[in-house]
Amino acid sequence: MGLFLVRRIGTMLLTALCLSFIVFYLTNLDSNLEKLAKFQGNSRMSDEEVQGWLANNGFGQPMVVRYGEWLGVVPGWTREGDGGEVVAGRCVGLAETPAEAPSFCGILQGYWGESTVFRDSVASIIGTRLGLTAKLMLWVMLLMVPCALLIGVLAGMREGSRTDRTLSTVSIATTAMPEYVSGVILIAIFASSAVGLKWFKGTATSAMDGANFENFFLPVLTIALYGMGYIARMTRASMAEVMTAQYIRTARLKGVSFPNIVMKHALRNALIAPFTVIMLQFPWLLNGVVIVESLFNYKGFGWALVQAAGNNDIDLLLGVSIVSVLVVLITQLISDIGYVYLNPRIRIS
Amino acid sequence: MDPLTWTGALSFLNPVFLTAGALLVIAFLVQFLLGLFGMKSGELIIQHDGTALRTRTPMDYIGYVTMGALLVALACILAYALVGMLLPGGSKGIIGHISARLLPVWIGMAVVFALSITFKRRLGLYGKLFDSTVGMIGFGIVLFWIFTAIFYQMILTHEPLTAVSGLKNKVPGTPVPEGTEGLEWYLLGGDNLARDVFSRMVAGSWEVMKIAPFATIFAFMVGITLGLPAGYYGGKLDTFLSFLANLILAFPVILLFYLLVTPEIVASGLPRYMAGVLFLFPIVFLVVLFNSRYFTDPMKRNLYIGLSLLIGGYIYLGVAWNADPFGLISMPGNILVVFVSVVFVNSPTVFRIVRGLALDIKTRDYVAAAQTRGEGPWYIMLWEILPNARGPLIVDFCLRIGYTTILLGTLGFFGLGLPPDSPDWGTTINSGRKLLSIYPHPALAPALALMSLVLGLNLLADGLREESLKD
Repeated sequence: MGLFLVRRIGTMLLTALCLSFIVFYLTNLDSNLEKLAKFQGNSRMSDEEVQGWLANNGFGQPMVVRYGEWLGVVPGWTREGDGGEVVAGRCVGLAETPAEAPSFCGILQGYWGESTVFRDSVASIIGTRLGLTAKLMLWVMLLMVPCALLIGVLAGMREGSRTDRTLSTVSIATTAMPEYVSGVILIAIFASSAVGLKWFKGTATSAMDGANFENFFLPVLTIALYGMGYIARMTRASMAEVMTAQYIRTARLKGVSFPNIVMKHALRNALIAPFTVIMLQFPWLLNGVVIVESLFNYKGFGWALVQAAGNNDIDLLLGVSIVSVLVVLITQLISDIGYVYLNPRIRIS
Repeated sequence: MDPLTWTGALSFLNPVFLTAGALLVIAFLVQFLLGLFGMKSGELIIQHDGTALRTRTPMDYIGYVTMGALLVALACILAYALVGMLLPGGSKGIIGHISARLLPVWIGMAVVFALSITFKRRLGLYGKLFDSTVGMIGFGIVLFWIFTAIFYQMILTHEPLTAVSGLKNKVPGTPVPEGTEGLEWYLLGGDNLARDVFSRMVAGSWEVMKIAPFATIFAFMVGITLGLPAGYYGGKLDTFLSFLANLILAFPVILLFYLLVTPEIVASGLPRYMAGVLFLFPIVFLVVLFNSRYFTDPMKRNLYIGLSLLIGGYIYLGVAWNADPFGLISMPGNILVVFVSVVFVNSPTVFRIVRGLALDIKTRDYVAAAQTRGEGPWYIMLWEILPNARGPLIVDFCLRIGYTTILLGTLGFFGLGLPPDSPDWGTTINSGRKLLSIYPHPALAPALALMSLVLGLNLLADGLREESLKD
């Protein structure tokens, strides 16, 4: 188990390193930097002026060095004035005087850079936005997981019955509805002022301060619906497999009642596979979050991603990417460890 | 011109249809709840004296109600579509008009279904599909959209990009001003730029159909060409390729799209280089496929390999590098970017599936027999393992076309890649969502279209899985 953990975490760190470099490369292409220079400096700069601005602001070094600076393993760039004293640098803004500034400042030191669009530090933006998205995700999980498990168990306990066929069709139907489709349909039915029922609000902007059932249920339901079908189908398959096992037949022959068989004998073993699936759902949920936050105008993490990518906000986009990649990798790790931990056959060998 | 109603002269059927529909829903829910609490249908019991006794429970009676209501509702729908089609112009409803426009689709579907059901015993797995109701429904929906895409020029009522003044955000069935080309009504209303929603939806099906299936095929070629050796050889190659696949899979899809499909990246030429690599895989696949099979028969081998190199290379030059020597084949830059990013996102998953299947199948006896015969590794992979993995792969292929459609919609929804006035469904949903709570119809039509296509593909995959597991 120890060796397995070490290897898994090692692979994860390597993956994170590779991915962060890819993202860094793609966000720091020459054309992006030129756009940044014109945005920060002057939109009518000539090519030489752009080059000068880039060189003055530490973008003149090779890509790998800049990646090292951003990561915090290479000393931040500095520019010296006429007298040889440091007048500007990557880390200068972090201290009172340039002389006191630390020489390393990157992700590893906890410095995420500054957002050019929001004029704020990336760490604080990500903190706020992630908090809002965590609230959304919490409710999604609270709605999605119990519903999906219930549908899956009910469908799988009597394979081939009418209940099974109905619930399976329902779960197929929900997997056919990506968030931007179910969101549109739900808004048209429940929130439209023209033809709809007007039960809920079609925007979740007010839910950022005070979430209530009226303004928060539709976005939560929209994300939950798409993931629900998949988890339910996995649970159903797992449950159906367990129900054909020898020990269930033994229990039936002993005369254990059907509800007891399902609750006490089958459920525990049937829930191992869905656990992994739920954990692996996170990358998909992240997509859903981006779509739903744009659709319902909820200014969370996904909204920040769209803003950063749309406005060439390099530091913010890098920060958002790293956080989302880390979320995906950590959930994969938890899913692997959890699978080993839950499944006695693997745990003992 | 008067505005159209949904059902036109057939509106006397509406109360019947609504009653039947409500009854159907209630009866179905009751039946479902009773089934949940363990109530069973009646059974046929053979008694001791040899006579049979049929027991009836409330479940059976509710079942009759459900079936009856279903039949009445279906008959009404059929009447709306068929009789509506035949009514004269003004008395047709919106449904009748749409049904009449879709005439080529109905004919095509009828021909395909009639032929397939007649010859279903001779058509292998495809024929068996017509034994499963779910599979048939799914196939029907998919076929509907395929024919809509093929005949979209005949079906659309107005130009999908032309605005008609005064029809901005108008409700379905609004008449167009005198002297406008095309039909006298906007069947499904106008969007926020006064374009016809119905025509845009129909034209959008073509946009989807010309990308999604081909992108899926390419993703499969890449996944198969890399997944088979990874699973068959294992070792370092497997570790390396799996690491690469996991690398791509760890990216949230939207982030990847935002990184790949931005104007800066497109300007840097990265998508074209990626296309240059990804589009090589089908040619490599075909060459290896023929070489491993026919290397003992040089004449045949040279013919097949020459053909695939010539045709494949020609298409490759035109599509990937826009360098077709005759200038016949080319792919517009933005379509290429969308195509490449969708293939790139899909292929790691296909790789993982193929690798898993190869790992499983390589332990079978027939693979050992082929190894003993002295067959080469590529022959075993492509002609022994791959054909035996076809069942799960075909099922996944159907599901993946649906997923690709969803991805294309996502790209359109965020306005990435495709031009902003493109009629594809994602872009149309995106442009309709700003006024969604006041005018829901411009976004609703493409949303329902996308949902039905993906649902059809999922049902088709489900039917295929069921039928392929039977034997």
